[in-house]
Amino acid sequence: MAAHLSYGRVNLNILREAARKELREFLDKCAGSKAIVWDEYLTGPFGLIAQYSLLKEHEVEKMFTLKGGRVPPADVKNIIFFVRPRLELMDIIAENVMSEDKLQPPREFHILFVPRRSLLCEQRLKEQGVLNSFTNIDEYILDLIPYDGDLLSMESESAFRECYLENDQTSLYHTAKGLMTLQALYGTIPQIFGKGECARHVANMMLRMKREFAGSQNQILPVFDTLLLLDRNVDLLTPLATQLTYEGLIDEIYGITNGYVKLPPEKFAQKKPGEGGKDLPTEPKKLQLNSAEELYAEIRDKNFNAVGAALSKKAKIISAAFEERHNAKTVGEIKQFVSQLPHMQAARNSLANHTSIAELIKDITSEFSSFSLLSLSHFLNYFCQVLPFSSRVTSEVFFDNLTVEQEFMTGVDTDKVNTYIEDCISRKDPLIKILRLVCMQSVCNNGLKQKVLDHYKREILQTYGYEHILTLNNLEKVGLLKPQTTTRNNYPTIRKTLKLWMEDANEQNPNDISYVYSGYAPLSVRLTQLLARPGWRSIEEVLKMLPGPHFEERQQLPTGLHKKRQQGENRTTLVFFLGGVTYAEIAALRFLSQMEDGGTEYVIATTKLINGTSWIKSLMDRPEAQIS
Amino acid sequence: MAFVTANWNPLGEAFYRKIELYEMGWNLKDGLRECLVAAAPYGGPIALLKEPQRRSPSVRPQLEIYSSSGVAMASFPWKSGVVKQLGWTVCDDLLCIQEDGTVLIYDLFGNFKRHFSMGNEVGQSQVVEAKVFHSPYGTGVAIVTGASRFTLATNIDDLKLRRLPEVPGLQGAPTCWAVLTQDRQSKVLVATGADLFILDYTACTAVSPPGLSPQATSIVHMCVSFSYKYLALFTDSGHLWMGTANLKEKLSEVETKVRNPPKQMAWCRRPKSQQPSVVIMWDGHILVAGECKNTISYHLEGVSILVPELDGVRIINGTHHELLQEVPASCEEIFKIASMAPGALLLEAHKEYEKESQKADEYLREIKEQNLLGEAVKQCVEAAGHELEAETQKTLLRAASFGKCFLSNFPPEPFVSMCRDLRVLNAVRDYTVGIPLTHTQFKQMTVQVLIDRLVYRKLYPLAIEICRYLKTPEYQGVSRVLKHWACYVCLCITVWCVCLPQVKISLSLSPSLPLPQLLEFEPRSGEQVPLLLKMKRSQLALSKAIESGDTDLVYTVVTYLKNEMNRGDFFMTLRNQPVALSLYRQFCKHQEQDTLKDLFNQDDDHQELGNFYVKASYKEKRLEAQIGHLQSAVDEYNKAKNEFAAKATEEEMRLLRFQKKLEEEKGESLVGFSLHDTIRTLLAVGLHKHAEQLYKDFRVPDKRYWWLKLTALAEKEDWEEIEKFAKSKKSPIGYLPFVEICVKHHNKYEAKKYVSRVTPEQKVKAHLAVG
Repeated sequence: MAAHLSYGRVNLNILREAARKELREFLDKCAGSKAIVWDEYLTGPFGLIAQYSLLKEHEVEKMFTLKGGRVPPADVKNIIFFVRPRLELMDIIAENVMSEDKLQPPREFHILFVPRRSLLCEQRLKEQGVLNSFTNIDEYILDLIPYDGDLLSMESESAFRECYLENDQTSLYHTAKGLMTLQALYGTIPQIFGKGECARHVANMMLRMKREFAGSQNQILPVFDTLLLLDRNVDLLTPLATQLTYEGLIDEIYGITNGYVKLPPEKFAQKKPGEGGKDLPTEPKKLQLNSAEELYAEIRDKNFNAVGAALSKKAKIISAAFEERHNAKTVGEIKQFVSQLPHMQAARNSLANHTSIAELIKDITSEFSSFSLLSLSHFLNYFCQVLPFSSRVTSEVFFDNLTVEQEFMTGVDTDKVNTYIEDCISRKDPLIKILRLVCMQSVCNNGLKQKVLDHYKREILQTYGYEHILTLNNLEKVGLLKPQTTTRNNYPTIRKTLKLWMEDANEQNPNDISYVYSGYAPLSVRLTQLLARPGWRSIEEVLKMLPGPHFEERQQLPTGLHKKRQQGENRTTLVFFLGGVTYAEIAALRFLSQMEDGGTEYVIATTKLINGTSWIKSLMDRPEAQIS
Repeated sequence: MAFVTANWNPLGEAFYRKIELYEMGWNLKDGLRECLVAAAPYGGPIALLKEPQRRSPSVRPQLEIYSSSGVAMASFPWKSGVVKQLGWTVCDDLLCIQEDGTVLIYDLFGNFKRHFSMGNEVGQSQVVEAKVFHSPYGTGVAIVTGASRFTLATNIDDLKLRRLPEVPGLQGAPTCWAVLTQDRQSKVLVATGADLFILDYTACTAVSPPGLSPQATSIVHMCVSFSYKYLALFTDSGHLWMGTANLKEKLSEVETKVRNPPKQMAWCRRPKSQQPSVVIMWDGHILVAGECKNTISYHLEGVSILVPELDGVRIINGTHHELLQEVPASCEEIFKIASMAPGALLLEAHKEYEKESQKADEYLREIKEQNLLGEAVKQCVEAAGHELEAETQKTLLRAASFGKCFLSNFPPEPFVSMCRDLRVLNAVRDYTVGIPLTHTQFKQMTVQVLIDRLVYRKLYPLAIEICRYLKTPEYQGVSRVLKHWACYVCLCITVWCVCLPQVKISLSLSPSLPLPQLLEFEPRSGEQVPLLLKMKRSQLALSKAIESGDTDLVYTVVTYLKNEMNRGDFFMTLRNQPVALSLYRQFCKHQEQDTLKDLFNQDDDHQELGNFYVKASYKEKRLEAQIGHLQSAVDEYNKAKNEFAAKATEEEMRLLRFQKKLEEEKGESLVGFSLHDTIRTLLAVGLHKHAEQLYKDFRVPDKRYWWLKLTALAEKEDWEEIEKFAKSKKSPIGYLPFVEICVKHHNKYEAKKYVSRVTPEQKVKAHLAVG
């Protein structure tokens, strides 16, 4: 079911199994039939740990969403609340418990706090006079959720906002706890590197927690050699840029949540003979995206311009495989062919799906993407319906946007008001797009001249409404927007030293991580790469220009657990992005893992998988939304 | 050295020795006379209840607890009912079994822990006799009532009372009885006259010991060995029968020629012993009886008790504490007069060597010739373990070490671990600690249990020293001890704080209190912080909570402070702790908006105050209230020197007023729209003049206004107005947008009108659009 988690360098299925075991243990604690009342926010992350079938095996008969009033009637013995430790939610739970029908046979109440129980919440329940109504109050420590074979996420949407805007370090505490759990399963990580205030804080907490558990020495041979903690605000630029890998583009355009993407259904209509394509599905098509799907694992990290070729190559292979049937003469050969059919059909479906997605994306990005699906179309007609070529307008918008982004990243005219941005505002393009561009300009110019900044702000307020003054204020607080304080712009120095812009990015056969943004090499990943070789000492100057301290800590291993590295054996580094990571950055790290002479393999962990849009959105304040 | 054998007495094949352990530190006027005494095995504590039968309330009996060396540990007047029997549990808790069947449990320091009852029916018939016994399942209690019924609890920590069946023909108390542990069940062996019965949960079975001397008419005393494997019976004819506890085999029978019933009997048999032997005590003397006809007799001074141990019997009287045991084989080999055992020769060799005599070599040669040097070293090491005198231990170990020099591949571990063990044993045998363990007992009980016992006696430093010395793994050893220690100290302080309010004040004022040190013993902040709060060290609690990074803990302290302190102090406290402050702000944002304002006010955070008013304005329905909040925001932004925000807010107020006015005049819903949307709406409904006014008043950039007007008109498909607009003056956005917007609205005819005016470089694009 989650086999893809075990394929990576580090078997992350251990973590998932540990989480499942704990869940089962809790469910068994509440004997008898049960209904779960969900804090809606948790359903997505839980889906990555356990499907409904697991819950069902443990007598979960009904599931509800947490809301005020009474828990819907259900003939069960136990009602279990799965909630985050939030005061608002405690009030709702209290209401639920108090309005429980006294006439019905009594039901037992339980609370499972995710990821941690909270004295504050229990206090609130006590004030409400319902604390004693609960048979079990427990915590389910779900910090790091295995997302893919080399990817862990805490799925904490607001982590960046909390840490950098509100100075609320709760998510960092959970990060530290999560890393402790990870170390309990995979051994103490001997080396910790970090850059940024939050990274420092997390490392401090980890070392402190280790002291707290002093005595219970971990006797597991360490799987990870190094942990690198990176603050998102060390690299504010990367998430602002449009990701150009296949997976990155899917996320930019349609948004991937908890490993699933919802796509417009038209292209996925199965053409069956006789139906004539009458009733097109109206429900969005929901697809799970992870490395369990062989084809997806192969193409997701490619630059989108290289996806076409990969798809057509795959098409030929599958086609050839199907042709085999003509060669199958003997009964044995036919039997062998038939035995391979399920696998081939799965591959064919997978190919059809991704060809459709690629087309959807191509419609939007076509000027950018030079690949041609022509060679494919013959084959594809065989499987799926091809829709007419869509509007030229969207693709042009995409192209113009990309051009401006690349101008900013290469440092062209970053100190002036940009006419493209002005035009976009005039056309009242989506606000988030404007904010992404303005922030990008500010970051690439190490702040904007007061006049330029005020002009943008005024334009935005006049066009999109005064209420966004709060959002703009937030962006200034986290440093995405700022007035220029010194005349010296250090971004060009950083760009040159770290080689953030590569003119000759090879999209088809990449030789550098810059392919993920067709030229721009993500700063965060460059830092990671340089840490492995030749080490940060070589870029001390640049590190000083980036915000927050950089540091190195060592954790003592018990004697006998020191790893003896085989000749040519790769090191394993866990890179933790505090405040979110993009799919393009992940792709870049995977690229580094696969480099033949790289010497290091990476496992990625983060508070949340983000893209520019979801990221900026998390920083927005909408006062009017609070009224309704 | 010559006198090692001085206290040896032969009995059959073996020797017995009586060694003095301590001269008792207690000062008992009448010795142990008229006392109920219980001494715990493995050198455990001794409990004394003086004159338990005294019932007068004016003079209550005194219950006293001493260590094995007679150092007082607790003493208190007994206020409860009449005690029948005292006993110790396996974990050093004191059991006091009362006449009415209630069992009270006290700890080592005389603190009451809990009580339980041996059954309701005991109340009337009363307990006649009780016994405390130890089994693999824990500590058990057995009683016999005046109604001759036995009740038994195998494990007092998991209390299950078993009422045993009646014994036929038994009236009143039985002559004697004992508890056996057989087949994973506790049973009672009862003697009435000459009859023996075994009582288990279901039945009463008559048994008879094989080969019991026929002269006997009654069994007057019995005892079971430490391991519950052997049984000894004493008959009225003065015969002592020894056999296995299952009564299947007789080991020996000795005639003692004493017909009085003994006061106490105890098995004195070490594991791997050469013969079974029992110690029998009467007033004034004891006998050791074994397989042979002879016995050893010792004179006793004063009232004594026997404490059976794994490898011997301890004898305690009013002044002394002694150990009676069979001389261990290795000691016998070495010290027996004229012994030629390799160990004895090695010891001799070493003695000569110290005297620098060449005889050393002769002795050594003799051992080596027999190829027994390894054996000799082993004997010396082993014997050292069995000796209690440090000097003797040293002599033997030195001899062993000397012998080892002549061996090439003798494993060092036994020697090293024996040295370590002896150091620990000598430390705990010390008078001040008073745990007289033999090496055999120590090995049986394990280091962990020893450390537990030391911790239970609050001998923390010694426990830590031992852990460090024996290199016990940290989590089993030092940190476990420290944890107990810290808990104990914290508990003491909490107790003071809670019980004595006046002490509390002095505590919080006293900087000399070693609180920070205490906290080092408790590194888990989750445990530490609530404790600190209880001790009213809230500031420290807050900084500890922040240090831990656990925000929930910080919240807990903050909520506590909020309720405890006045508002001013509370805010000041937060001000010094930015982390706590921002968390509290988050809390207020969701829960207490007004407090949030006060917080910003106190910090003079005008920017945030401005934002606060802006947010507040959106919660208002009425325009005037909205504008009022915005005006406050303007003031705050001005104070914050944020000119841009102040101006933008003023503009917003102007816009709102304008929208309101127009709404009232034209009935067009406008309030709350952005400037952009307001102008577009105005254009859409044809209020061009008003749109123009806004454009000028709010200094909308030309380019944006052109875009805006063009789109708005195109949406209306007002081609005439567009044409007029295009001609009004030179377009700041060029004419390509005109072309494109017409095409977008599928009006190619109109689009063509503007193609000619498009700049040359965009012409191609324009033509393409038109098609």
